Parts: sequence; C-alpha cells; structure tokens
Amino acid sequence: MASIEVRRDACVGCGACVPACPFGVISMEDGLAVIGEACTLCGACESACPYGAIIIRTGEAGGGDLSEYSGVMVLAEQRNNEVDHSTLELLGEASRLAEVSGEKVSVLLMTARPGNWPERLISHGADIVYVAAVPELERYRTEPFSRIAERVIREKKPAVVLAAATTTGRDLMPRIAKYLETGLTADCTELAIDDETGVLLQTRPAFGGNILATIVCSDTRPQMATVRPKVMKALEPDSSRKGVVEEIGILPGDLESRTEILEWLPLEEGEVDISEAEVIVSGGRGLKSPENFALLRELAGLLGGSVGASRAAVDAGWIEYPHQVGQTGKTVQPRIYLACGISGAVQHRVGMQSSDRILALNKDENAPIFEFCDHGYVGDLFEVLPLVIKEIRRRLG
Amino acid sequence: MRFVVVVKQVPDTAEVRIDEEKGTLIREGVPSILNPFDEYAIEEALRWRDELGGSVIVVTMGPPQAEAVLREAVAMGADEAILLSDRAFAGADTLATSNTLARAVSRIGDVDVVITGKQAIDGDTAQTGPSIAASLDWPQVTFVGKVRQLGDGVMVAERYVEDGCEVIRASLPVVITLLKDANTPRLPSLRGKMKARKMEIPVWGIDDLGLEPGKVGLDGSPTRVVKVATPEASSGGEIHRGEPGELAALIVDRLLGGEVE
Repeated sequence: MASIEVRRDACVGCGACVPACPFGVISMEDGLAVIGEACTLCGACESACPYGAIIIRTGEAGGGDLSEYSGVMVLAEQRNNEVDHSTLELLGEASRLAEVSGEKVSVLLMTARPGNWPERLISHGADIVYVAAVPELERYRTEPFSRIAERVIREKKPAVVLAAATTTGRDLMPRIAKYLETGLTADCTELAIDDETGVLLQTRPAFGGNILATIVCSDTRPQMATVRPKVMKALEPDSSRKGVVEEIGILPGDLESRTEILEWLPLEEGEVDISEAEVIVSGGRGLKSPENFALLRELAGLLGGSVGASRAAVDAGWIEYPHQVGQTGKTVQPRIYLACGISGAVQHRVGMQSSDRILALNKDENAPIFEFCDHGYVGDLFEVLPLVIKEIRRRLG
Repeated sequence: MRFVVVVKQVPDTAEVRIDEEKGTLIREGVPSILNPFDEYAIEEALRWRDELGGSVIVVTMGPPQAEAVLREAVAMGADEAILLSDRAFAGADTLATSNTLARAVSRIGDVDVVITGKQAIDGDTAQTGPSIAASLDWPQVTFVGKVRQLGDGVMVAERYVEDGCEVIRASLPVVITLLKDANTPRLPSLRGKMKARKMEIPVWGIDDLGLEPGKVGLDGSPTRVVKVATPEASSGGEIHRGEPGELAALIVDRLLGGEVE
C-alpha cells in the first residue's frame, strides 16, 4: 500500500511544500511538515521539496520490458469518411515528439472509405498509415473501434498513443487504456519528452483551469493521452513525403456491438455549433435575465456569429447548455470573442482564452476578465450594447 | 430496474481563486460539493425508477467526509448509499478509481444501468465512466443528452456529439455518462432530508471488495502527477473608459475590423 512520509532528519521546516499542495493539507508544526488526512498522494509536495524530505512509497513492482515500445501512434478521427482537422494537428505534434527520439509516427485510420486520405496523412507527417476499412466503420461506435485499436496497439507497440479530446476520443481512449491496463491523461494542452527519462510529459489544466498539472506514465506502455483540439499545430502538407500504407485485417468478432446507431440527427441549419463559430458574443451574470440575451442574439446575427454564455448564465436558466463556454461547457477559438457582463472566472477563461481577439465589456473595472482580454471596455452593457447594434447597422448601411 | 449512480465530492472550482503573488490556489473557504454533473445523473435514475419501479443505489469513492454527497443524494430520493473508503484507495488515478467502482457495481449485483455525470469538475477527465464500462465489459453510451426509452433489456438515448446527435440503442446492462441537457434535478424533499440524516451508510474497503492492493489507489495507478503549476498571469489588455457612445464606437471598430474603414 502506498504511503507518504516526511523524513524528520531531512526536513528543515522551510515550508516550500505548504503552498505546493493543491489540496492545502500540509501544515508546519514544530518546524516539520505535517501531512493531513485528506492527502491524495498526488506528489506535488514531493517534487516541490528542495531537500528530498518528502517521500511517497508505492508498492508497485514495475511493468515488463518497456524498450519494446517505440514511436507515436495517432488514432485518426473521421466523419463521413473525411478525416477531422484534429487528427492533422495530432500528426504535427506527433512528428515534433518523434523527432526528438528519431522514432516513427504512425496513424490508425478506421473508416468505411479511406479515399485518398492515407496519402494525405503521409503528407501531414505520418510515416506509416494503418488502414482498417469496412462499411461498418462508417460512423464511430465504441466497441468495434476500441477492439480494433486495441489489437493494432498490442501488435505494433507504439510508446505513445494520441487521440483528439473530442466526444469520440474521450469515449474510445479510456476503453482502450483499461483493456491495456495503462495510463491515460485527458485533454492535454502541452506534450513534451523528458530529456533524461524519455517519458512523455503530459500537461493539462485541472481544478477548473486553476492549475496546470504535468502527468507521466512511467512504468506501463503505451503512454496514452487525449489532446485538446485546436491547441497543437498541423504541419504544412508536403506531397513529397514518403510513407507506408498497411492494411489491417478485420476479424470476425471485431464488428460485434451491443450499441447501434438508430438515427443520426445533424445540427439544424442556422444552429451554429459555437465551437466552430468565427465570432462569438457571450453573456454572463451581468445580463440579469433571459430576455436580455435577445440583445446578444441581435448583435451576433449582425456579425454572422453565435451566442455564447458563462456557466453562471446557464445555471441561472437564462440560456441553454449548448451555448456554455468554459471548463464544463465548450472550448471555443473564434476570431473575435466579445464577453458581455462576464467576470472571467478561470472556469470560463479556459474555454475561450485561445480566441484570436478577446473583447470584454463589464461595468466592474476590477473584473478578472480585464486582466486577460485584449481590449476591455468599462461600461454598462445595457447602455453600450444597443448603441453598438445601432452603430453597426449604420456602418453596414 | 436497478440503478447505480456513481458520484464524486469535489471542491467547488468556481470558488477557487489564485493568490497572484504566490501563484498558489486559495482553497480556504472553498466548499466541497456534489459534482454538479452528478446531480443530473441522480435525477435521471430517480425519474426512471419512479416510472419503472426498482431502486437507486448511489456510490462514491473518497475519504470519510465524502459521505456528505451520498446523504445529499439520499435526500433527493436515492434508496441506498455506499461509501467506498479505505486508506489504500488514496492517490487513485482514473484507472484505479474505475477498478474500485466497477468492483462495487459487481458486488452490488443485478445492476441494469450505471449512470454518472459527464465529468467531475475537479479533474475534468470524463474517463471514469467509460473505464468502468470497460472494467465490467459492458457497453457504454457517453455524452447522453436525453434518455428516450428504458426497459425490456434495452435503452435508447441521444448522444450529443460535435456535429449533431446520435440516437443510440444499447442493450442492458449499460454504463451511461450524462450531460446537463438531460433533465432538471429536483430539490431534496423534507422527508428525504430526514431519511438522509438518519441513514446508516455502509463503508466498503479494499477487503470488502476483494481487490488486490496493486489494483487500487496509488499502487494501481499508472499515471502520476509530477508537477503542478499555476497558469501564467497575463499582463492584461488595453482598458477603455468613457461615455457609452464612445465605448460603442470603439467596440464596433474592433468588431468590424478593417472591413469597413
């Protein structure tokens, strides 16, 4: 059983561990660090202690031969037989990671019709494209996709497996990780290879984006991570790149599934998915009532954009959940994000901070959003927004 | 129909603030709450139990004080509650957590549906639900916005994905993870609160679950946090003050960019 211990001989009482604890359970008593009952053994204090006085002991024996595993494998995501942009971003990132170790980048494409995608994936950085193509793989379904991916991973032994942190990746990857009894880190925003150990350093926001945690999977392989879309950069396609395409055979049991898609209802026209929107006009607690969202809808309509909202506005029932931007809502990256009456709590910020340009309108000049927006406007949205709408109408004629 | 709802006690991340000078989390006064998504999971189970009969058993893994969220669920109407608590469970990542929770589901027995919230707001991984399903070797339906039909060994649910909605039929038993679109959670009733206050909540440890130490807690966790940092504070933008009309003109300049001027 795992335990945490403070070495009395080594602890100098410097207190460096106290603020390092994300759970606030360390206190100093008589010049020694004391770990409280609520400790989760997260390890933050162990790495923060300059004297090596905090030790976490684990009872694990350590895994098999890790050196059999090499390279980075990306699980491609496709819709209607078109590969999603997030896959190209992952290939770009995989190429960057594999360059460090001189290893191969592979991609597994499970689809009904591959078309020219294998070549295109090579031009985007793949050295090897594994293609499993049968009509039953038209749309993502948990069991067939996880079964095939598990088999390919066991056979090809990549050291790292990446998928996008989409509804598909977040459904598929935990299933595979459990089958393989290995570690999985969700929704990473930064990946790197540790110079000394060669392990994958997986960094992700946690606690509502209040902290960035770096996570490793040292003793089991592969090291698996889902990666937030629109964070990593795709490579410029280069059609002169060379690669290998290998067909993956389908076994009789692969396609069995206890779930079945009865019907597919695409988003209605005009119902723009905010995660794809170019312009977002977003409202928060400062909107005060559901009726006032009409102002935002009118403005968004004029700009060809969508309406977003903070968790406070959604929790108050002023607007539906699909509009929610933030940690518990959607991550957006529009060209322009106009936040109206949104204070800018971290949980909101993590969902919109990668917007190209953030404008904020708030009457409280101490609102946190003014600390990270590009342009802040201190004013009453009920006075300013109607004038904005009027002015846009005038300028657009 | 027998439902197990898997819930988690979390710090209210909306109340967490950063000490900008020290760059640390200010956790003082931050309340521990029932993970908001899990309220919807509890509500969904209660609704279907009320319609079809059966029972709702709510389960959490955590330190002794996590019992509070179980009592909250009982106050809403859950029939039974079980706390999975053992020093050996500490330090669990999503794999070790789901090993523990899945074993509890097996021990409860004859379960038709396991429901949990889409994700917990402290870790935000959304991994535990699918991982429980894999541990049990049950089918899973994640990101469920609506359960349309339940009974006769089958569930039909709407799964909300990036480009629309999949209507999925799954055979029972099944694990589902629920979005907030699914329902509106009820408030606890007075009777429920009374029941919650009095209820003896059983505590299951590693021996009760018959799990090996290497499958739970830190020892059963392949992942490990090696560094915790606070995001860099940005320098802040250009702040404009003025009459509403002036501000409106400046905003419109930015919104329309160079396209008009």
